[in-house]
Formats: sequence, C-alpha cells, structure tokens
Amino acid sequence: MAVEAPNRLNEQIAGLDALEIQVKRKRGVAALLWGRIWPMLIAVGIVLAIWEGVVLAGFWPEYVFAGPFTALEELANRLGTAEFWHAIATTMRRGLSGFALSILVGVVIGAAVSRIRLLRAAFGSLITGLQTMPSIAWFPLAILLFGLNESAITFVVVLGAAPSIANGLITGVDYTPPILLRAGHVLGLRRIALYRHLILPASLPSFLAGLKQGWAFAWRSLMAGEILVIIANQPSLGEQLHYARELADSARLLATMIVILIIGVLVDVLFGVADSALRQRWGLDQRIG
Amino acid sequence: MTAPAQELGSGRTDGQRPAVRLDAVSKVYGRGANSLLALDKVSLDAVQGDFVCLLGASGCGKSTLLNLVAGLDRPTTGDIDTGERKIAMMFQEPALFPWLTVSGNIELALRVQGLDRRARRARAAELLDVVHLGGFAKKRPHELSGGMRQRVSLARALAQEADLLLMDEPFGALDAMTRDLLHDELERIWRERNLAVLFVTHNVREAVRLGDRVVLLSSRPGQVIEDYPVRLARPRRTESADVAELAGTITERLKEEVRRHGR
Repeated sequence: MAVEAPNRLNEQIAGLDALEIQVKRKRGVAALLWGRIWPMLIAVGIVLAIWEGVVLAGFWPEYVFAGPFTALEELANRLGTAEFWHAIATTMRRGLSGFALSILVGVVIGAAVSRIRLLRAAFGSLITGLQTMPSIAWFPLAILLFGLNESAITFVVVLGAAPSIANGLITGVDYTPPILLRAGHVLGLRRIALYRHLILPASLPSFLAGLKQGWAFAWRSLMAGEILVIIANQPSLGEQLHYARELADSARLLATMIVILIIGVLVDVLFGVADSALRQRWGLDQRIG
Repeated sequence: MTAPAQELGSGRTDGQRPAVRLDAVSKVYGRGANSLLALDKVSLDAVQGDFVCLLGASGCGKSTLLNLVAGLDRPTTGDIDTGERKIAMMFQEPALFPWLTVSGNIELALRVQGLDRRARRARAAELLDVVHLGGFAKKRPHELSGGMRQRVSLARALAQEADLLLMDEPFGALDAMTRDLLHDELERIWRERNLAVLFVTHNVREAVRLGDRVVLLSSRPGQVIEDYPVRLARPRRTESADVAELAGTITERLKEEVRRHGR
C-alpha cells in the first residue's frame, strides 16, 4: 500500500495552503483618505451651488438668507475669535460628557435587559418607545426638575442617547451566532466567562452601530438643549444660534450651522473608521466583484 | 513514522472500560401529536483509542446524538456515561471566533483550563505546528481557507486535552483533496493521543477510511441497525479497493434503509 512519506505530506499541505490563501491588495492611508474625501468634496460643491442659486433667485433679502460666500467669510472671521473656540469647547465638553454618561447608562440597562427575561418583557418595548420620543419633548420636564442649567441638558442628552446604545447591545447579544454559542459551551465557557469572552465581543458590531446612532441622538438633543437652556457667560454653539436669530444676523447663523454640520460629519467619519477597522478584522469587508 | 500496520478495530476493546457509553438513549423533540422521536433506545459504547464512525441518511439523529454526548442537549430517557472525561467537539463549520487571531482562538480554549498567558502562547504555537499552521498564528480566521480554518478548529479541540473527540461532519464542506489530507492528519493525531473519536458523517467511504467501527443508524427514529467492524490495515486510502468494497456493502444496506421510507 502506498504510504505518503511525512515530508511529502507536509509539502502537499503547505502547497494547498499557499494556493488557497487570499492575496490582499493593501492601499496606503493617503489613498484611503482621498478615496473617502473626494466624493464628499463634490457633494459640498453641489450643495454650495444650490445654496447660491437659491440666494440669487431672490426669494429672501440677503440679510435674512445670506449666501454661501458671506456665511463662509463670517465663519473665517470668527475662527480668529476666542469666543468661537470657547463655544465649541463648551458644546463638545457637554456632548462628550453626556455621551459618556449615556454609554454607561445604556450598557448597564442593555446588559440587564438582555440577561434577565423578566426585565426584557417589562422594559424591552419601552426602550424602543423612548428611542422614538423626540428629545425636545423632555425639555419642559427637565427644566422643571433641574432648572435652567447643564444638568437639564445632560438629562435630555442621556435620555436621547442611552436607549439606542442599550438597544445596540441587546440586539448584539440576541444575534450572537448559535454555532459560536455551541462552540463556546463545548470549550467550557460559562456565565461571566461566556459573556466576557464570547457574547460581548460577538455583539461588538451591533453595539458600535448603537453607539453611532446614540451619538446622533445625543448631538440633536444637545443642540435643542443649548437653544432652550441658555446659561450666562457660557457661549455655546446652540446659544450662538439663538442670539444670531435674535439679532437677525443671518451670516452668523448660517456660519454656526456649518460648524455644527462639520462636527457632525467629523464624528461620523470617526465612527466610520472604527466600523471599517472592525469589519476588516472580522473579515466582513469582502466585496463582491 | 512507523505505523502499527495490523491494527484490528474492535478487537482490542475487550476488558476495557468504555470511554463513552450510551445506554438506551432516546430523544423526543416537541410534545403530544407534534412530537418527533429523533433517537430510539440507542445503545453504543466506545473504549479509549476507539475510532467510531456514525453513519446514516438524513433524519437518523446522528448530530443529535453528538449533541447529547457533548452536553449541548439532554436525552429524554436513557443514560450517557462519559466518566469524568473531558470532551471536545468539532462542527461542520469551523466555528472560530472572528474577533480573535488564529492563536487567540486556541489560547481561549487553554485559558478556560487555567493556563497562564505565557504557557497559553507556547502551547498554542505547539498545537498550530501539530496541524501544520505554525506560520499562521497571527492571522485572522477569515484570512484562511476553509480547510485551514477546520484545522485551527481541530487544534482548538486538541487544546482541551480531551480524551473524547466528537466530530460532526467536520470535513463535509471541504474539497476532496483537502479532505484526504485532513484524514491523514486526523488519523495521525488520533493515534498519537490515543483519543476516543465519535465521527459523524454521511459519506460511507470516509467512514470506512477512518473508522475502527462503522455504526449504521436507521432514520426516523434513529436506531443502531448495524455495527460493522473495519478490519482493514492502516493507513488506508479512500480510493483503495478494500475500502471501496466494504463501503459498497455498507452503502447497499444504507440504501435498503432509505427505500424503507419510500414505501
């Protein structure tokens, strides 16, 4: 009987492995960035053109609806003022601390609800219901409870963001592939270890999606809050919007809106980077064609 | 490598305590009128070092049987005794964790057993060498081919230092050449470690190629209908005449069983 010599066997295995492994094209960081940026630039160009078109059409006088050049010029001027950076710093501080608190609350609630059946039956749909509630509807109550201060803003930001984050975690836990659970069981993973080494990592993509959505809600709630809850000597982006309208300063209003939009886009890009890094590590980034 | 050429399958089971013993195991899914009897009083045992292939058509409950032995499910009636043996299991899918590297997947199995970090790393490297994947420790599972992933899965199962290895059609999704290579690999590892293996397959030749015994199960409900000893010298080749001959006999019996359901 023909016995395959061990050496030949090893070579055969190595040969098959070499043939089967995928060759990956690697792109540089610059190329990756440029690939992301140029479509955005085109979109920005189109939006500016439409904006200018509407202004030129003359539906509104220039002092009500400033054109893109006036607004961008105003923005450029404001870049040099301390107040501008102070406003951004205040807003970002509120946003980030509120978001951090939301993550804490969302994770605790999400973990409890996904783990305990009774809690899920009781609160599962309530969490989704909270998600659909417009955050601005909470402000009257928040102001009554906390007064016109940052606590009221944080309260609403957390109410806006935490349900999404909790839901992301719950979905992730629910959609842990059964085959991985079986493998984990056979490996001897139980209880806490099962969560730590299997269920939590497996729910990461969904959790990340929850974070991204949570941030969007947090950011909206924050802007609503800053317009409503104005604190003396604390310039913020929302406060600037409010005063620009009071003073009928259209250029300043639009400039501030651009800043808010840019921050939103930048954070979205950050989440996008995290998401694509995750997809690449997990091998979910394979495209067809 | 000197192979003990004339090893006889079930001949050496005499006088040893079984590694796994199933005693009149039945499994019913559902209740009342909708209930389904998946396994009907299946009795089976295998000693340490025994390679038992479970063969059957669809609906014979062969995967159910493995799940019961692995503790993933409980029998409705009957007893399963594996002593205090550690049990490892491989599935048709590699079931590797995509967030861990190849090495990390194996290290997790070692971690459950309480090895410290350094010992884990070293042991994982050894195990990867055993399955000829020494150079792939830092890769992610998705970067490997199906056959390579299944070998990582095998290394992970070996990391459990189990005495009893359960395999649920582990090579079913692989191409013929890769499958042949993995048969050789598995046979070598099985012999070196004196494992007891329960290997589920629907491929008759694969069963004859690998098994000391081929246990044929009927379908709906699953019952043991034949227990063929395979007294062919190892190493065997899937394409050799003696393997084909016994496979032919078993296939005839299997077809007869399948026809019974067509009447």
